[in-house]
Amino acid sequence: MRGGFRFGMVAVSFAAASVRAQDPARGVRIGLTYAPGTKPGVVVAPVAGPFGDSVQAIVQRDLDLGDRVTVIAGAGVLAAGATAGVTPNYALLARLGAAALVQCEPLAAGKVRVTVHDVGAQRAIESRELVLVAPAPGRPWRLSVHRLADEVERTITGTAGVSATRIAYVRAGRAWAIDSDGAVTEAMSEGSALSPAWRPDGGALAWSAIGDAGSRIVVKDLATGRSRILSATPSGLNITPVFAPDGETIVYAHGREEGIDLWAARVNADEPARRVTVGRGSDNTSPTVSPDGLRVAFTSGRSGRPEVYISDLDGTNVELLTDFAFDEQNYRAGPDWSPDGRAIAFQTRVDGVFQVAVITLRDRGVKVLTNDGKNEDASWAPDGRHLVFTSNRTGAAELFVVDVESGRVRQLTHDRGARLAAWSPRLGAPK
Amino acid sequence: MTQPYRRPGIALAIGAALVLTACSKKPETAPAPAVAPGSTPAATSTAASTADSVALAAAARAAATRDSSARVAAAREASLRKVRDDSVAAVRALASKTAAELKQALLATVYFDYDKSDVRDDTRGALELKLSILAVNTSLRVRIQGHTDERGSDEYNLALGQRRAAALKRFFTDRGVAESRIDVVSFGRERPAAAGDDDATRARNRRGEFEILAGGEALQGPK
Repeated sequence: MRGGFRFGMVAVSFAAASVRAQDPARGVRIGLTYAPGTKPGVVVAPVAGPFGDSVQAIVQRDLDLGDRVTVIAGAGVLAAGATAGVTPNYALLARLGAAALVQCEPLAAGKVRVTVHDVGAQRAIESRELVLVAPAPGRPWRLSVHRLADEVERTITGTAGVSATRIAYVRAGRAWAIDSDGAVTEAMSEGSALSPAWRPDGGALAWSAIGDAGSRIVVKDLATGRSRILSATPSGLNITPVFAPDGETIVYAHGREEGIDLWAARVNADEPARRVTVGRGSDNTSPTVSPDGLRVAFTSGRSGRPEVYISDLDGTNVELLTDFAFDEQNYRAGPDWSPDGRAIAFQTRVDGVFQVAVITLRDRGVKVLTNDGKNEDASWAPDGRHLVFTSNRTGAAELFVVDVESGRVRQLTHDRGARLAAWSPRLGAPK
Repeated sequence: MTQPYRRPGIALAIGAALVLTACSKKPETAPAPAVAPGSTPAATSTAASTADSVALAAAARAAATRDSSARVAAAREASLRKVRDDSVAAVRALASKTAAELKQALLATVYFDYDKSDVRDDTRGALELKLSILAVNTSLRVRIQGHTDERGSDEYNLALGQRRAAALKRFFTDRGVAESRIDVVSFGRERPAAAGDDDATRARNRRGEFEILAGGEALQGPK
């Protein structure tokens, strides 16, 4: 269960910042003052040794893409004497606008000592050793630098970054995964794949493989590289799989000739799939399970045009989620439940064109996040703050990332034809 | 013409068979309301006049029933004639075709309206022809592919494609073709017939395609 404590951080004043790092699972985190909406300035000191420049550049970029701090770079940083192991020139750093300084000092055996300084308090507030997975600059090494950056972001803001993640997506009919900073792309499927979805531990992907005779749900274990067809899958149309939070249950859409309903099947159990929705001949697709595993949101045409509905995971207590009078000829689809459980991203037509919107479950307030071109199929980052989505604003389908709080948008892929993205959970060190 | 066919006699026989198939699925004419004299509430003391009026009412009802029955029968006759004529025309058209032409007719793509899965009226002629071919070539098995244009959600389009393929299948199974002879599959917007996002291109992509799975080697016309 991720996200339970995400918004529960306690901010304390600069002066009172403690060096002692507390167990994040207790829901309390001591760090620099972090007020939502403000972005403290951060200097990342030059890093010595082989690939030191890469470490500095990756961490700077990750912190920038996290949208929670302002990265300060340039000649003035060197003048501040901001190198690892040297006592920083706090006064100069403060004049540069820095609230925090990050130093990374290479140690033996691929380790690196990461020290975060509170510039206002003029002292280190955290210092720890992390392992960078050799050899640099391989993919596992890059991922470990991303984890370092995410920990730095946690120290400074109270919330870990999401740079140690990947985004699965579809291009040219196959599944791919791209690092969150867009640096490395890797093929995930050999054959047809649509609607990839991550297992909550990031260790497996599920997708729908479209064949000449029908579609199947495929589950690929990323550690072994082995793919297999979900045994509970009956013939016909089998699309839009997602994992429930238990990591064991897959909810997907299945139908033959009398409508399409959601079904739930356990990946490693030899038992028939359980029907979730009773659509009575309507089409029900694109499920997303709430983080507590109790409810499911999905696209349904049961009342004519496609709309987003929510029900319990046993199919009862169905309610229309998006019943606001937004547009006469609407079409809403593609829900994705936020990791904190509080909101659902979906696509809705504005002037006849899909745009990405977020609806808050508590008050059903809707915020449309995009307006440039066609924007669809949004997927939440594990921080519940960023969304990746498909946009044709550049002329071809590409993946973009939006920061829901600031509205800042960046382009993730340069693939022409990238779509159906799914943001992974935070990815840990390889076992 | 590479293959000569013997024409009218057999053609009409098959036409008749098709008519029967088609008729069996037509909604039955509503049964004429039964005239049930005994069901009138018992009239006791005001006997005579009541009895008269009851008799009059019964007579009127009977007349009305006769009239409406006649109308229904006439309408039904006209409808049957139309179905028969259409089928005969379809089979005549079928009988005059070569195997290659039959295959072309069987595989001809049919199109749908935006966001709709109903069989379009202007495609019924083409579907009747396919039906005739399926009726004559009993070992023929086909797969129907449902496709959509690129509007709509990529995922929900797969459902729409499935719905289109299923609607086409139902056209044939409702008219007597065995379920097992027709498979359906949806490709949503994944396999467009044409690239582009103008209306003409979209119209070409909203379609049902036909694929022969078995028995398509030498398609027969009626013998």
